[in-house]
Amino acid sequence: MSEETYAIPNDFMWGRPIKIDREKCVKCRRCIEACRRDVLIPDDQDGGTPIVLYPDECWYCGCCVQECERNAISFNYPLPQRIVVIWKERGSEELSYLKLKEKT
Amino acid sequence: MEEFQAKNWPYEVKYEKENKIETDVLILGGGIAGCHAAISAIREGVKVVIVEKGATKWSGNGGAGVDHWQAACANPCCKIAPEEMTEAVVKSLYGYECGIKRYIQCVEGYETLLDVEKMGVRIRDERDEFKGAEFRDDHTKLLFAYDYKNRHTIRVWGNNMKPSLFYELKRLGVEIYDRVMTTGLLTESGKRGKKVIGATGINIRTGEFFIFLSRATVIAIPEAERLWDFPEPHAFGKNFHDPNCSGDGLAIAWEAGAALTLMEKTIPTDGNLGYIPYGVGNAHNTWHGCSIIDVEGKEVRWFDRDGREIIYSQRFLPTNGQKFFIDGGSIGDPRELYEVCPPLLDPNLPEHVKNGKYVLPFYADLPSMPEQEQKALFGLMVGNEGRTFILRKVYTEAGFNPEKHLLQVPVLPPEGYRQPPVWWYSVGAPQWRRVGRGGGLVVDWDLKTNLEGLYAAGSIIFGHGDHAGAATSGRYAGRKAARYARSAVYDRINCDQVWDQVKSRKAEIYSFIKRRAGIRWKELNAGISRVMQDFCGVYKHESTLKTGLKLLWKLKEEEIRNAYAPNPHELGRLVECLFLVTVGEIVFHASLARRASSRRLNFFRIDYSDIDPQEWAKFITLRKEDGDVKIGQLPLNYYLSSPYSSYYEVNYRLHCDKEV
Repeated sequence: MSEETYAIPNDFMWGRPIKIDREKCVKCRRCIEACRRDVLIPDDQDGGTPIVLYPDECWYCGCCVQECERNAISFNYPLPQRIVVIWKERGSEELSYLKLKEKT
Repeated sequence: MEEFQAKNWPYEVKYEKENKIETDVLILGGGIAGCHAAISAIREGVKVVIVEKGATKWSGNGGAGVDHWQAACANPCCKIAPEEMTEAVVKSLYGYECGIKRYIQCVEGYETLLDVEKMGVRIRDERDEFKGAEFRDDHTKLLFAYDYKNRHTIRVWGNNMKPSLFYELKRLGVEIYDRVMTTGLLTESGKRGKKVIGATGINIRTGEFFIFLSRATVIAIPEAERLWDFPEPHAFGKNFHDPNCSGDGLAIAWEAGAALTLMEKTIPTDGNLGYIPYGVGNAHNTWHGCSIIDVEGKEVRWFDRDGREIIYSQRFLPTNGQKFFIDGGSIGDPRELYEVCPPLLDPNLPEHVKNGKYVLPFYADLPSMPEQEQKALFGLMVGNEGRTFILRKVYTEAGFNPEKHLLQVPVLPPEGYRQPPVWWYSVGAPQWRRVGRGGGLVVDWDLKTNLEGLYAAGSIIFGHGDHAGAATSGRYAGRKAARYARSAVYDRINCDQVWDQVKSRKAEIYSFIKRRAGIRWKELNAGISRVMQDFCGVYKHESTLKTGLKLLWKLKEEEIRNAYAPNPHELGRLVECLFLVTVGEIVFHASLARRASSRRLNFFRIDYSDIDPQEWAKFITLRKEDGDVKIGQLPLNYYLSSPYSSYYEVNYRLHCDKEV
C-alpha cells in the first residue's frame, strides 16, 4: 500500500472555471450572490469563503470576477477551448494559444 | 490533492414552508425583459414583485453585457422609419415573426436606451475616443454599428447593464425574490384557461414554497435552451445561451392554457463542438466587417448583394441602389432578403477552401484595420457584449494584443464557412437543434396572451429575440400590466380558489426530496436530450415523432417520478427537467401538426416532403384545453388583420397607452 498515492475517481468534468485565492478572499460573499447558477456556496466552517461546488454549471459569464473587489478569483476556460484560441504576428511562424497565466 | 469533502448544506432548509405574497403586478423572470417590465410598471404607481431563479443583478441571457442596440429607429440620426425596419425584418423571415414586438422595439427602443443611460449605462462617446470616426455622430456623440449611413444600430458600453437596472429596481422599491424558481401559474378557480391570478415558486437554496397572488402577471422567462443540447461533459461554457433557460416559462404558460406557436421551428446548433463565443476569428455579428486573411496572407474578398466586389469602407454602407442593410444578431435573416442584404464575405468560401484558392487556417486581421474600427470591434464591442468583459480580460492578460496579433478562425470542414458564418458555432451533428429564434407565446397588441391577466415580454414571445427587443417589450408589457392591474375591479384575491393547485404542485415537487436514492437531474437532462436528438432531429416523420412523444411520457412517468434531489439546488434542477419534458412534448405536438416541410422553418417531414406549400404559410397554434391539445391556426399577418388595422402605426397608437 502506498501512502502517497490515492485511489480517487476521475474528474467528473473538464476544466476548473474559477479558482478562489483564499489568501486574498475577504469572505464578503459578493461572488456567491452574483452567480446566476449558484455555482458557489459559502463554507460556513470557514466564515464563508466561497467553495466552487458546481463547476459543471458555470456559464463562464465572469460576473463573479467583476463583483470581486480583491481580485481573488482567477478565471479559466477549459483546455479544449483554450487550445484553439490561437494568435500570431503577421509573417511569423510563432503561435501563441490562450495559456493560463496561473499555475493550477 | 483536491478531493471534495461533502459539506453540510450552507442554507437553512425549510421544505414545505409556505410564504404568501400579494402584489398588483407580478414579474416572472428578472432578466432584461423582466427588469424593464418591473421599472415601467412601478412608475405607474403600483406594487411590483420580481421572481427570479438566479440573481437579478446579473442573470439572464443579456445579463453579462450588451454591445449593440438594434433597430433604434427613433434615434435622431436614423434614416429608417419603424414601419420600414419592421416590414424588412418580417419579410426576411417570410412572415414567421412577431411584427408587434418588432414594431414596438423600432418605435420605443431608443427611448428605452435613454432610460438606461439615466441609470448609468454609457451610450455616448463623451470621452471623444472615436472623434472623427465615420460611425460617430459628432453632435449626439452616438456611435453606430453595421450600416453607417442609416444608423439604426447603436454601439453601447453595456457591460454594466444589469447592475444598473438592478440598482434602479431597488431605488424604485420593486420587491425582488432572487433564487426563487417559478413552478406554475395560478388561475381563477384553479381552472386551465381562466384568468391568471398569480404563481407558485420554490427557493432553490432553502426549498421553501412561495405563493404569489397578483392582479396582473408578466411572464419574461425565455425559451428552453437545454432541450437537444445538454453539453456534458463540457459544461455550459461553450453554450451561447444562459443554462438557466430551461423553458420554465413556456411549460408553466402551457399548463395554464396559454397558446403557443412556431414550436416546430428549430435551428442547428453545435452540440459539444462550439468555441468561446466572440472569442475566435470571425467577420460577422459583433465582428462584422473584420478583415479575414488565409494562412499565406491572402485577403478574403467581400461582395455586395449583386456579387460585385467591394472595398473596405463599403462593408459598412449600403450598395448602389440599396436604401439600407441589416446585420447584427436575431434581427431577421437579412441574407434572405435582397432589399436589406448586408455586404458579404466571399459567399463561395467553402468551394474556395476545397479547390485550394485559400489555405487554412484563416485569421481575423485586426491589425490591418483602421485604428478606430479595430478599437470599436475589440475593446468596445468585444469587451461589452455578453460575457466578453471577462473574455477581453483573460485574453489581454494572456498576451493577446489586437494591434499586433492575428486571431485564428476555427478550422472547420469547408461547409462550415458558408454564409452566414458565425464561426464560434462550428458545425454540429444534424441531430443537435435549438428551439431558439422561433417558438413562443402568441400575443396581441397589448402584448397580452390569450389568458386574461397574463402579459409576455422578451424572447418568450414567438419570433426572433434580441437585447433591445427584450428591453423594449418588457417596458411596454410592464406598462400594460400595471394599467390593467389598476383598472381591475377591486376583488379581494382569494387564496381558497387556488388551494387545490397549490396542494397538488407541492405534492409533486416535494416528492423528489422524500426519496433517499434514485436517478439525478443531469442524467435525466441528458436522457431528455437524447429523445429529442433521435426522434426530433433535422428529418421528421409521424412514426418517429409519435414514438418520441411516447418516450417522453414514459421518461416522465417512469424515470422522473423516481428521481431524487439531495438538496434544494438539485430539487430546482429536477423541476427544470420536468419543464424540459413539457416543452419537448409541445415541440413534438407542433411538429406533428405541421403536415408540410419548410425550408423557412428548418423543418423537414419525410412523410410530407413538399417544401413550403402556400397553404401551410401560416402560424400553427397549440394550447392545452382540459387534457387535450387543441391545434389552431393564425394568418401570418394576424396582427395586421381584422379586428386590427392593417397599419402598424394605427395599432400601436391605439394600444400603446402613452402619448405619441
